[in-house]
Amino acid sequence: MSALAVRNLRKSFGGLLVTASVNLAVESGERRLIIGPNGAGKTTLFGLITGELRPDGGSITLFGQDITRVAGWRRPHLGMSRTYQIITLFPGETLLRNVTLSLLGLSPLRWNPVARLERQRGLIAHAREVLTRVGLDGLADRPVAQTSYGERRRVEIAMALAQNPKVLLLDEPFAGLSLEERRDVLRLVTTIPRDVTTVMIEHDMDVALDFAERITVLHLGEVVVEGTRSEVVADPRTRRIYLGE
Amino acid sequence: MKRLALGAALAILAAVPLWIDGTYYVNIASQILFYSIFALGINVLVGYAGLVTLGHAGLFGVAAYTAARILGGGHGHLAAVLGALALTLLAAALFAGLALRGTGIGFVMITLAIGQIVWGVAYRWISITNGDNGISVSARPSPFGLSLASPAHFYWATYAVFLVAIASMAIFVASPFGASVRGTRDQARRMNALGYQVWLIRFLAFLFSGFWSGVAGLLYLYYNQFVSPQAVALTASAEALLMVISGGTATLLGPVVGAALVVTMKNVASAYIERWNFVLGAIFVAIVVFMPEGLVPGAVRWWRRATAGGR
Amino acid sequence: MSLWLVLAVNSVTLGGLLFLLSAGFSLIFGLMKIPNLTHGSFFMLGAYLAATLIGWGLDFWTAAVVAGLLVAAFGGAIERLILRRLAGAELAQVLVTLGLSFMVADVCLKVWTGDPIRIDTPRALAGVASFGGLAFPAYRLAISVIAVGFAVALWALLDRTRLGAMIRAGVDDPAMARVAGIRVSRLFTIVFCLGAWLAGFAGVIGGPILSVYPGLDQEMLPLALVVVILGGSGSLLGSLLGSFVVGFLYNFGQALFPELAYVVLFLPMLIVLVVRPQGLFGRPAV
Repeated sequence: MSALAVRNLRKSFGGLLVTASVNLAVESGERRLIIGPNGAGKTTLFGLITGELRPDGGSITLFGQDITRVAGWRRPHLGMSRTYQIITLFPGETLLRNVTLSLLGLSPLRWNPVARLERQRGLIAHAREVLTRVGLDGLADRPVAQTSYGERRRVEIAMALAQNPKVLLLDEPFAGLSLEERRDVLRLVTTIPRDVTTVMIEHDMDVALDFAERITVLHLGEVVVEGTRSEVVADPRTRRIYLGE
Repeated sequence: MKRLALGAALAILAAVPLWIDGTYYVNIASQILFYSIFALGINVLVGYAGLVTLGHAGLFGVAAYTAARILGGGHGHLAAVLGALALTLLAAALFAGLALRGTGIGFVMITLAIGQIVWGVAYRWISITNGDNGISVSARPSPFGLSLASPAHFYWATYAVFLVAIASMAIFVASPFGASVRGTRDQARRMNALGYQVWLIRFLAFLFSGFWSGVAGLLYLYYNQFVSPQAVALTASAEALLMVISGGTATLLGPVVGAALVVTMKNVASAYIERWNFVLGAIFVAIVVFMPEGLVPGAVRWWRRATAGGR
Repeated sequence: MSLWLVLAVNSVTLGGLLFLLSAGFSLIFGLMKIPNLTHGSFFMLGAYLAATLIGWGLDFWTAAVVAGLLVAAFGGAIERLILRRLAGAELAQVLVTLGLSFMVADVCLKVWTGDPIRIDTPRALAGVASFGGLAFPAYRLAISVIAVGFAVALWALLDRTRLGAMIRAGVDDPAMARVAGIRVSRLFTIVFCLGAWLAGFAGVIGGPILSVYPGLDQEMLPLALVVVILGGSGSLLGSLLGSFVVGFLYNFGQALFPELAYVVLFLPMLIVLVVRPQGLFGRPAV
């Protein structure tokens, strides 16, 4: 049973077929990289998997459970987390509060209108621990506005990891980062425990290749090449897609 | 330090009928308080949920008219209050269900349409609302045997309700649910991806907001002992929105300051300035253009700049 | 039978007036994404100004055009001095137009006092036109003809001229339009002035039927809102059809269900907003 399986997934916007019968199966603990030129439909695919977009056809299963009709907000409760290509942290808050909000998302506490959030010591300690894991505990009380882009990117990932996902979806985690920041994020990503199935979208192959075990190449909404890292890199079609555009 | 100032302010407010001379000013103080409650309720949506509403006078009016009708039917004050609040919550649920179909401008326009429908009913459905003539209420309630007929007593009753309202707001803001609401304002998409049910959060916030708008409507009814379609006109919603925006949406006390400003201007200034509507509109425009974050944060900003720059 | 016919004629008349009023609103909203809550004020202001101009000796039609120009100038000033400062902040723009509508209403009250002012029907059209044995007030027919005439003229403007092409491009994709070299900010001013002129002109044309009085702005604005929501923003045909639908809803609603007149009017608008919010005002809720 695959951790994440997508069968014949289809999505059109207006007259444009953005996702064209995509089939994908990611095994438990696998590190999968999805690449493809701009317009290939990578982010749309993520949107369909997380439930932000509703597919026109096909199915999505998570550890054998059909989640095609499951509401987007419920999928994190089933063990699916994602990060965004554009950093979407809570702007007015500290890093600690950002991670706390992430933890709160899965807790029934989030409906509580009378307790004091500041007093939830267990929750806050857990949040601090998550920040420590990504090396940012020193900045825990810093407002987001006073952190660097690279630090924010790591908080993004930390927030997704905080929810102890079984499947983690990373949407272009290296976008907009300097060389040094990329190394930090790569280190972070490669230290993700093996029981988390990680699927990454990237446009820039150089950095992401180190991370991938299997690679899926998307082009114009279709899976064109798929296989192990060496297979895909060697495949002439891969080069054609990237150079031919 | 902040808590000391807050405590002092609340104590001063409590003693208003004692140190303010004249029933006219005590009455204005009462108005400021229940309009503050209205503004605080609206701010739950505008400031904390990020949803601007131009129709909340509709909920204010539903409470007032319902209570007026129940009293007119010969029932007691307790029935009127409970009935009004229950119907207001129901109306809030209906309005929320409709309005939350849109976001941003869409939400605003739907609330505007709903507000206009309520106004239309108040104005035209004469058999229920008595139309332009309004409905009168013969007497204020006497909770625990204390009559609220005098301005001072009414003020203290309103003050008590105001305290409860402010306390509930403070608790709400500091709570996990409050944090969830603010999260939906800042990053709705991200909240969904974190497992929050954004629609339901907004819906509940709307109910909470509607409840306090209804409470304010009841106080308005008992204060004036009268309700007419004017209470639900677009100008009423606009004035309420102005209270929230002028005071500042990001703070707990902002709406209170805004309510004080608008009520004072409306009552006191209109004795000297003939053209209240013009002034209202001008203040609206000026604040939106020059001080969009509101008076309280704006004033704080000016103060900081002034004290930082000064020698 | 004659009551229904009278209602029908009045509905067509109101529809024509509403078209003149909402065409501008629709263009402004379609292009600039601003629900211009000052639009009702433009209507009322045009009528007041024309009443004064006629009092000074101008003839009806000249006064209508000139009043429209004055309102257009006012609208242009608003757009350049205030709305442009808030470009992109749609909510702020809505609130500002609301505040401005209060200011205009109060100034009108001060200048023209609270009594309703009648604008006399232009003498040439004061009579009655007979068709098939039935007599219709000539002026009311004239309004419909004028409205259709403007509909055709506006369609020609949008479809056949360069300005129209730029407006359509701006409505469809403002970012792209800017890249294509279209001076979007100048376009905004032109469209806002055009919309204001139409509204002011409509106010004058409607004068002989509605008169002009305080509160006229608050009565006409919601009607324009309903028209644009039913007919779709930025769509001329939608405004035309929507105007007549609303004209009929309003008149027949008032006659048949006087107590629910506003519900009859706003309910369809609410239903459309609720069923299709994305087509009219942006993306649906998350």
